[in-house]
Amino acid sequence: MQNTRVLVRLALALVTLAFASLASSQNYPNRPITLIVPWGAGGGTDATARIIGSLLERELGQPINVVNRTGGSGVVGHQAIASSPADGYTLGLITVEIAMMHWAGLTQLKPSDFTPIGLVNSDPAGLSVRSDAPYKSVKDVLAAVKANPGKFKASGTGQGGIWHLALAGMLKDQGIDPAAVPWVPSQGAAPGLQDLVAGGVELVTCSIPEARALIDAGKVKPLAIMDATPPALYPKLPTLKSETGSNWQIAAWRVIAAPKGLPADIQSKVVGSLKKVHDSQEFRDFMAKQGYGVVWAGPEDAAKFMAKADADLGSVMKAVGIAK
Amino acid sequence: MLAIYGQALALVLDPYVLAVIFCSALFGLFVGCIPGLTATMATALLVPITFFMAPVPAIAAIVTATAMAIFSGDIPGALLRIPGTPASAAYTDEAYAMTKKGQAEIALGAGLVFSAIGGLFGTVVMITSAPGLAEIALQFSSFEYFWLVVLGLAGAVFIGNASVLKASISLILGLLVACVGLDNPAAHPRFTFGNTELMGGVSLIPMMVGMFAVSEILRFVTHMDPPLKLATDKIGNIFTGMWELLVKYRWPLVRGSALGTIIGIQPGSGADMAAWMSYAVAKKFSKEPEKFGTGHVEGIVEAGAANNSALAGAWIPAIVFGIPGDSITAIAIGVLYLKGMNPGPTIFLKNPQNIYAIFLVFILANLIMVPLGWLTIKAAKTVLSVSRNILMPTILLFCIVGSFAINNTVFGVALILFFGLVAFVLEENGFPVAPAILGVVLGQMMEENFITSMIKSDGDVSAFFTRPIAMWLAIATFIILFWPVGTWLWRRSRAASPAPQKS
Repeated sequence: MQNTRVLVRLALALVTLAFASLASSQNYPNRPITLIVPWGAGGGTDATARIIGSLLERELGQPINVVNRTGGSGVVGHQAIASSPADGYTLGLITVEIAMMHWAGLTQLKPSDFTPIGLVNSDPAGLSVRSDAPYKSVKDVLAAVKANPGKFKASGTGQGGIWHLALAGMLKDQGIDPAAVPWVPSQGAAPGLQDLVAGGVELVTCSIPEARALIDAGKVKPLAIMDATPPALYPKLPTLKSETGSNWQIAAWRVIAAPKGLPADIQSKVVGSLKKVHDSQEFRDFMAKQGYGVVWAGPEDAAKFMAKADADLGSVMKAVGIAK
Repeated sequence: MLAIYGQALALVLDPYVLAVIFCSALFGLFVGCIPGLTATMATALLVPITFFMAPVPAIAAIVTATAMAIFSGDIPGALLRIPGTPASAAYTDEAYAMTKKGQAEIALGAGLVFSAIGGLFGTVVMITSAPGLAEIALQFSSFEYFWLVVLGLAGAVFIGNASVLKASISLILGLLVACVGLDNPAAHPRFTFGNTELMGGVSLIPMMVGMFAVSEILRFVTHMDPPLKLATDKIGNIFTGMWELLVKYRWPLVRGSALGTIIGIQPGSGADMAAWMSYAVAKKFSKEPEKFGTGHVEGIVEAGAANNSALAGAWIPAIVFGIPGDSITAIAIGVLYLKGMNPGPTIFLKNPQNIYAIFLVFILANLIMVPLGWLTIKAAKTVLSVSRNILMPTILLFCIVGSFAINNTVFGVALILFFGLVAFVLEENGFPVAPAILGVVLGQMMEENFITSMIKSDGDVSAFFTRPIAMWLAIATFIILFWPVGTWLWRRSRAASPAPQKS
């Protein structure tokens, strides 16, 4: 008797649970959503995630908690996103590192292990020198590097980071051995730029908005951008292609994504809301003030974009000897 | 100039701005008190709120909250031996020893009053000479940083009253822990055993909470200490005797404030390092160094001033060149851009009343710290009247929640328990834990600056001595490192020379 009652209750509970999960797919979202950021509070990725989070909250009508899961050069946070349940209640802001870490043997995770929602931002690499440096253009720098292999040092991020690959890819494209400019690892663009001004390194290949304050202060001189068009901040800055004819382009990008296997109806709902956020004046103003590049690609295009970036970065990493 | 300050004052005295300052002060005091929540985290939590504010209140919120958090980190440190923020770790043992002696009101009062004075000192430096100092800070490269870190480490072994040998062993343990993870110059995973969590390295905060608080709980369990002999009425007026301390320790106060400001200006080193270095300096120059570690207020005066002055110092390169002086200003720079106050020399030319208003906020924040801090201490001291049988498990609970919250992972909880055990064993055998924590704070910086310097100089060690600033720092480091050896040799030779006459 006692047992039957327990069984009946259990069955009832299960049925309720089943309905609840069915309902959750239809009424999505009916509870708070977590947005995981694989990088620390206060950085560019964090700021982007927080503005998207606060605007998406309005669209979806549920609170969005931005959670920083840092460490291991992004491995920890990306892993946390990928291994969360694919129910739409965990989203993440995945970054260009997802197309790099697996080549370096740090993780098995690839861009294809996520359900993309949308590509929201892309910041191309630039090439900057100290403002009193004798070089007037990228050509001057490349000629000097060719003439004195090993003499010039460059910085802007950690070993094998995106700006390191930007430099290596540019040199490789010009037929110069990437080892001709040794990389000085730094904890990010700001310490790298500071070392540039202090005379520790000669070149920095971080994005243009990262160098903005020092450019405006007249301490640092940008020479080119590794993108198809000049940046909005400095429309007169030449592209690498216009200066040297090179087709080399590279950028740090950010994609809102969910764990793999997100139900299609939930995915389309989030995509619609994210697109509205992306088109909103608040988001555009925020990104413009920070100097961040705004781009948009829906789920299919974002998946294609990431697959191409994955292949490109892999070939540069093999050339530099970072890929395992 | 005066007209601009007039406009700035009008901006600050706006009722809305004052309300923002008051609320963020309370928020900062709260965050600082909770172990595991840092001043940096307070800033990060404020950012989404500042999206909807005008420039001056937005920055005012950050400035006020961080100043309060750095001070209030001293409170749980003194009362419970749990530093609220890493910036209080340097003198937590000292303050707790004072509480045990029944001098909690002096420890807390000194923390409050001298935090405020240190903060004001840093602010005055920032107002008067920000552009020039930022210019100098930009000249520092990895060679100079390397020597600064070595100076900091040299200070570690002199902290506390344990033997230099045991302190050095503890420091090396800390340096070893700092090796774990992926965040090293080669970006190669070390000591991770294939574990993704360990790839992120051992975070400082769970380790610190474990080594201070959990080990204290373990000691309570094993020793069943008699309860703290501290009646609540004994924490009377925390301001009693502060004037005497101010007069007695005026030089340590100035030295701590100055050192703190300088450390703050250096990009990459903030309030944590300022507190450690000035505590060591205080002991080095003290007339009674033997009292350090036994509950002596001198180190608290100097280091308490230093960590708050570092906070202001860190804003100097941030506003002038957009180079963050610490992890707080790294976040604040984003907010400055967002509010159209782009960092750079032009910040003083375009809408100068905004930046002057922020200077005034710094002053105001350090002034209201005194009454608000006094209220917080008054509220916090009731903790001591709670029976330790109830208090200790509650503290453990807080530690576990805090260490989970820091990175939202159970791994943090495992870390505090592990390091609690390690620290318990170390302390039972006379090894101090503070140097181990400093090793973790500075280990990564030391390795990074050494390796990057060697890459830049193509493996030539002499580069550490040929750059002018690096050379002077090297000389200072060697003098401090070999001073004890030198005096020992000198005494020995003096003792040896009269010896033959005796025989």
